[in-house]
Amino acid sequence: MATSRTAGKTRGSAQGAGALRRIKRFFDDYSIIYAVLILIVILSIASPDFLSLKNFTNVFRQISMIAILTIGMFFVMVGGGIDISCGATVGLTGVLFAMFMVNYGMHPVPAFILTVLAGVLIGTINGTLVTRFGIPAMIATLGTQSISRGFTYVITGAYPISGIPESVSFLGRGYVLGLEWLPWPVFIVAILAIIAHYMAQRTRFGRSVYAVGGNPEAAYLSGIKDKRIQIISYIALGALSAISGMILTSRLASGQPNGGLTWEFEAVTAAVIGGVSITGGRGRVFGALLGAILIGLLTNGMTLIGMESYPQQMVKGIVLVLAIGFDIYSINKKSKN
Amino acid sequence: MAEYALRINNISKSFPGVKALDDVSFDIKKGELHGLVGENGAGKSTLIKILSGVYSTDLGSFELNGVPVTVDTPLEAQQLGISVVHQELKLVESLTVKENIFLGRPFKGKMGIDWQKLRDEAVNLINRLNISLDPDELVSNLSVAQKQIVEICKALSYNADIIIMDEPSATLTEKELETLFSILHELKAQNITIIYISHRLEEIFKLADTVTILRDGKHIDTLPVNQVDREKLISLMVGRTLGMEYPKRKVEIGEPVLEVKNLNRKGVLHDVSFTLHRGEILGFAGLVGAGRTEVARAIFGADRGVTGEILLNGKTYSPKNVSFAVSNGIGLIPEDRKEQGLVLDMMVKENISMANFKSIMSSVFLMPKKEESIAHKFIDALHIATPDAERQVKYLSGGNQQKVVIGKWLNAESDILIIDEPTRGIDVGAKAEIYSLMCDLAEEGKAIIMISSDMPELLGVCDRIMVMHDGRITGELMAEEATQEKILEYAIM
Ligand SMILES: Nc1ncnc2c1ncn2[C@@H]1O[C@H](COP(=O)(O)OP(=O)(O)OP(=O)(O)O)[C@@H](O)[C@H]1O
Ligand SMILES: [Mg+2]
Repeated sequence: MATSRTAGKTRGSAQGAGALRRIKRFFDDYSIIYAVLILIVILSIASPDFLSLKNFTNVFRQISMIAILTIGMFFVMVGGGIDISCGATVGLTGVLFAMFMVNYGMHPVPAFILTVLAGVLIGTINGTLVTRFGIPAMIATLGTQSISRGFTYVITGAYPISGIPESVSFLGRGYVLGLEWLPWPVFIVAILAIIAHYMAQRTRFGRSVYAVGGNPEAAYLSGIKDKRIQIISYIALGALSAISGMILTSRLASGQPNGGLTWEFEAVTAAVIGGVSITGGRGRVFGALLGAILIGLLTNGMTLIGMESYPQQMVKGIVLVLAIGFDIYSINKKSKN
Repeated sequence: MAEYALRINNISKSFPGVKALDDVSFDIKKGELHGLVGENGAGKSTLIKILSGVYSTDLGSFELNGVPVTVDTPLEAQQLGISVVHQELKLVESLTVKENIFLGRPFKGKMGIDWQKLRDEAVNLINRLNISLDPDELVSNLSVAQKQIVEICKALSYNADIIIMDEPSATLTEKELETLFSILHELKAQNITIIYISHRLEEIFKLADTVTILRDGKHIDTLPVNQVDREKLISLMVGRTLGMEYPKRKVEIGEPVLEVKNLNRKGVLHDVSFTLHRGEILGFAGLVGAGRTEVARAIFGADRGVTGEILLNGKTYSPKNVSFAVSNGIGLIPEDRKEQGLVLDMMVKENISMANFKSIMSSVFLMPKKEESIAHKFIDALHIATPDAERQVKYLSGGNQQKVVIGKWLNAESDILIIDEPTRGIDVGAKAEIYSLMCDLAEEGKAIIMISSDMPELLGVCDRIMVMHDGRITGELMAEEATQEKILEYAIM
């Protein structure tokens, strides 16, 4: 009886354009692809060494540890939070991993498990401070950052822990099946990213994260346990930070108390330029990952053309501000249309 | 002096996938109250936003007092004497009432802002509305209705020649409506032109001189109100003749499913007791602030500090949080769709599946196909005007957003559904469909609590009506005996 109504009509006409819309949505979701491609073109012109498999493998391996953080940061930020303690968690867990094996003579496997648990514990503390005690995420994690880093210096006396067993060196320095183009850390990132992507897009948890970040009250009033969802995302980041920390320890063959310094900054930057909204509720795992790749390429490119590391840091800061500015701009533009 | 306050000439506006306005032209006479009606998504708000400089037009122009004008920003509109009370409230929650009324226009005194003058002016405006509202209260502490009043004060404060109101009455109750109507009469007496959008057609007949009908973005007609009757107006709006407005069916009332005993919450609820039966539609009437929403939230586990006893299917039920209530088969359609009902950045289909992930899951994964088909089921059943299920709900018209919230809770298949102002901002045709769906649910043996400030709706749909005042239940009326007068009597006692 109501076939002439707007709903039926407009939908019918739009259906033919379904495939086109999907392609358009893909580029809307991953608009960062353009930036990555442009950067690749510029850098390959600027430096002849840039465009080689060896250099790319190198870049990917360099960014792998930050990429792992970015994947965790993705969930925290989409859920409406932020965690600036994760760099310090990398440092602490990297050192713990080394100490478990060196100082306590533990087998790598239980050391690995205990280290992940330490990351989980830090994530739980962060999540609890933010959700149960209502401390703003920025402040709460600033606190845990300082605590973790301080604790790391206390237990190490600020000296590196060396003497890591050879059996864990593959984690940071080895190649999967001896393939020169597939370092272990890169392989781990790929696996984690695929899992994270499916978690975000195809599970109840992932959907809930988007809902909580988009509108916590509406999510709560739909029966979603908003606080639990947020705590879990902080825990995931804690655990991923631990994995990142262990790769770092393996790569440097020692536990470095300074490990992961400022990585939270890189992870947030990667996520934001990858399309994760600082206000929560929006973003894609592969977008964030591309963000990390972009940062890696940028750093690599700047190094190849001989830029010092201090100005590099300034450039990264500028990139973060631009990315956030663009995010805010597009939120405002969309709401005004 | 030109005869027309505003002439709208061939206005068109498209959004991706939607032609929101299609060659719309009509004239608005000076000093008249011009009603603007049409189904959800017909383009009413879009037209208003173009007039007030929020959107730009694709084609067309308009004339103000016989002079062609362009309006590119809301500020320009205000300077031209056009003030708007938008459908979606745009207040700064963290500021007070008085600051919101004069936002962006601080009264300069010798030493910074002249707060006394600001406050006095705000009090003046509030007094003009004859309503009790504390100018120093934070907006975040106000109810939706009170926020609406702040918006009206704000529009009044510009001393505009043309005031446009986009569904100002949708959130108001009887007493507040009376106030609004008297304000409108006063404005008319001052020869101010008013454009008035409403889905409550009785208001159009009571207030308007002329009415314009839009349908699917097209101008259908503009006529003097005394030349149409309700039925004619509805058929012009929906393009067909509508059956019964209140398709109430007789349903066998079953055993009690929810027994509420002595519900208390400090300062909010006092000894609220009632029983809800299988197959029943139980209405809750009362003025805004009477505590109806709080009763709903208490049953739904959304508020702390509630004492009392609740029996669900004869067993003790103490809702410690919302997800507990949901998993016990209770659903709540909240009154404020934007704040509480929807995740605006998410798609239509994602919002619809949000209260019942199981409906779109197979073991651990969400199934896109299932989600799509469920979304389409409700888009069709509720006639949600959207180009596709992937559209983000923020792009839908107000009434269609409301339908998405309703779809979400229909999909949750709750045994007990509490609906807080279910048809706020929904067009007549869709209202009838929603009532009919409620009757279907009752026939399936579900129970429904309907909180509403729309009396005809309560009388037309409910089996029984509880009336609340000041956090207490002050009366109970069976459908047969209930009248507007009796409800009002209990509501203000
Ligand atoms: N910013 C936007 N982006 C995309 N589509 C939009 C936008 N604003 C409105 N629309 C679409 O334009 C059409 C008209 O919307 P509009 O808000 O004018 O309807 P309305 O008549 O005010 O309806 P209601 O009675 O529900 O408030 C709808 O189909 C809506 O989905
Ligand atoms: Mg509207």
